Amino acid sequence: MNASLHNSTQKTGGRLAMDPFWGLALAATTVITAFILLPLVEMVVQPSLQDLVDSWRDPDVLRAIGMSLYTAGAAALISLIFGTPFAYLLARKSFPGKRLVESVVDLPIMIPHPVVGIALLSLAGRHHWFGRILEAFNIQIMGTVTGIVSVLTFVGLPFYINAVKTGFESIPPRLETVSRSLGASFSATFVRVTFPLAWRSMLVGLIMCMARAVSEFGAVVIVAYHPMVASVMIYERFTAYGLKYSQPVAVGLILVCLVFFLLLRWVSPRKASVL
Amino acid sequence: MIRVEDLTVALPGFTLEDIQLQVAAGEAFALLGPTGAGKTLLLEAIMGVIPVHQGRILIDGRDVTGLPPERRRIGIVYQDHALFPHLNVEENIVYGQRYCAGPLPDLEALIQRLGLKPLLARRIHSLSGGEKQRVALARSLAVAPSVLLLDEPLTALDPNFREDLRDLIKTLHQDTGITLLMVTHDFAEAHFLAQRTAIMHHGRIEQVGAVETVFNRPETAFVASFVGMKNLFPAVIEGDSAVIGGVRLRCRNPGGGFRSIAVRPENVGINRQPKDALRGNQLTGRLRRILNRGFYADILVDVDGVPWHAIDSRRDLDRSAVAEGETVYLTIAPEDIHLIRDGSEGETHKTGR
Repeated sequence: MNASLHNSTQKTGGRLAMDPFWGLALAATTVITAFILLPLVEMVVQPSLQDLVDSWRDPDVLRAIGMSLYTAGAAALISLIFGTPFAYLLARKSFPGKRLVESVVDLPIMIPHPVVGIALLSLAGRHHWFGRILEAFNIQIMGTVTGIVSVLTFVGLPFYINAVKTGFESIPPRLETVSRSLGASFSATFVRVTFPLAWRSMLVGLIMCMARAVSEFGAVVIVAYHPMVASVMIYERFTAYGLKYSQPVAVGLILVCLVFFLLLRWVSPRKASVL
Repeated sequence: MIRVEDLTVALPGFTLEDIQLQVAAGEAFALLGPTGAGKTLLLEAIMGVIPVHQGRILIDGRDVTGLPPERRRIGIVYQDHALFPHLNVEENIVYGQRYCAGPLPDLEALIQRLGLKPLLARRIHSLSGGEKQRVALARSLAVAPSVLLLDEPLTALDPNFREDLRDLIKTLHQDTGITLLMVTHDFAEAHFLAQRTAIMHHGRIEQVGAVETVFNRPETAFVASFVGMKNLFPAVIEGDSAVIGGVRLRCRNPGGGFRSIAVRPENVGINRQPKDALRGNQLTGRLRRILNRGFYADILVDVDGVPWHAIDSRRDLDRSAVAEGETVYLTIAPEDIHLIRDGSEGETHKTGR
């Protein structure tokens, strides 16, 4: 927005009157930025330092934030393992029904979060054949870390796949063709050409997937109230004790998210440097 | 040696049909055709990146049809060079050497030869277009391929780089004796670099032969227009004469069912006065248009409703001082009139030349 403002004044040499649109745009920019920043800043500065220190000494709080990171990390790892070949397939091949498969990948973004939890629970229930298979392997979804990781993978996977797919698409297939023609096998080509050019987008995908998973509440609370992740704990403290007690935990979670955000800004490809 | 037998490739929206092609060992062969003719697709089929539905591909007598690209020993240089952007010049050049089982070429000599010595430590994006193509050439030659494919290697370059690289490819081919199969849409490029050529159109090969032969004796209307025979008209051939509308032209008929004639614009002479005792053909027409093309002029003359193209060097034009709207006389020697078997005007190649 700022760049456009600058451009328009430059083009007219600053002498001509600016179109009223830019005034409107400037106002909108101010309102939106304030709308996002004000509540966050307010929340971070409102709890006293003592409150913050106290709550961060609380083993329950630490455990919840740790659980958030642990389950989100596991979801990101699963996305990496299963999502990478899938994203490569989507980026390189066209096949009948590809559009449909791509829409299916995006579905978890659209579905209301509690619905995700309910859907997974009903699949894992004792009355469903899939639930009985899980039971045979002694796998529990309700109220377990497995359950939390399942829903977090469900909501985080689209972010990983889309980021990595875009990354693969930005690598000209000809580079891989040339590598093959020089004698490198498919896997050697992936290691020596594709991965070095795609790792940034894979990292971006991992961070986005993990950030999405850390912030998940609706799906987690249905599947597993305990073991408690940070978002559920914030909700619990808010309903049980009120705003003041939920704030310190929220600040902790905001700081964690901030770290992700900075990481993301740092590793994101600044511009297409592939060719 | 490259041998393609009865090759059929069917992709959604495009097919290569019944391709027969033979490139002798050590030969330089050019695949010519307009954009979308299927030249690059044929290269990719030979390389093994797209599935072949029917037919065989042999490299040096070895059937490679079912082999993955890495086991075919086919080098490729693309128009956009396709260098690995995360590696420097040297790393790009030696990329394939670790997979090479046979004797490796003298890398030092190759690098010297292509003038890449001072560039070895450079990043790819800091190179000029011509330098990039030289690195791509070195990279493919460093693994001693059986054949080298060039996909419009000169198209993306500035004109002055283009000539340098063209000369370099020519001498490299002469010195190494490697089998070259190149794709181009520029007849002059094929003329300079290749001994034989195949003209492709709509996924088929229209004509194969020595470059000179294809240039001088096109067999189809498409090839005639592709090699620059702008005067391409359906005609009734009666013995040694061709009738176009109400005009009868003397020509040389080797026999056979011909349905059109093709004449190069540079073989159409243009005069202000009729010439007496003329051995060839003389047509009377009205000069419609003179288009200045720099060193020459493109002249359009209407003869009985048939638009004839003539090319004249600007100097000739100034001397004869013809102007638009004047009556002019065209002269065409009988041996410059080529007889073509097909006559489908819609299928001809529209060149901007």
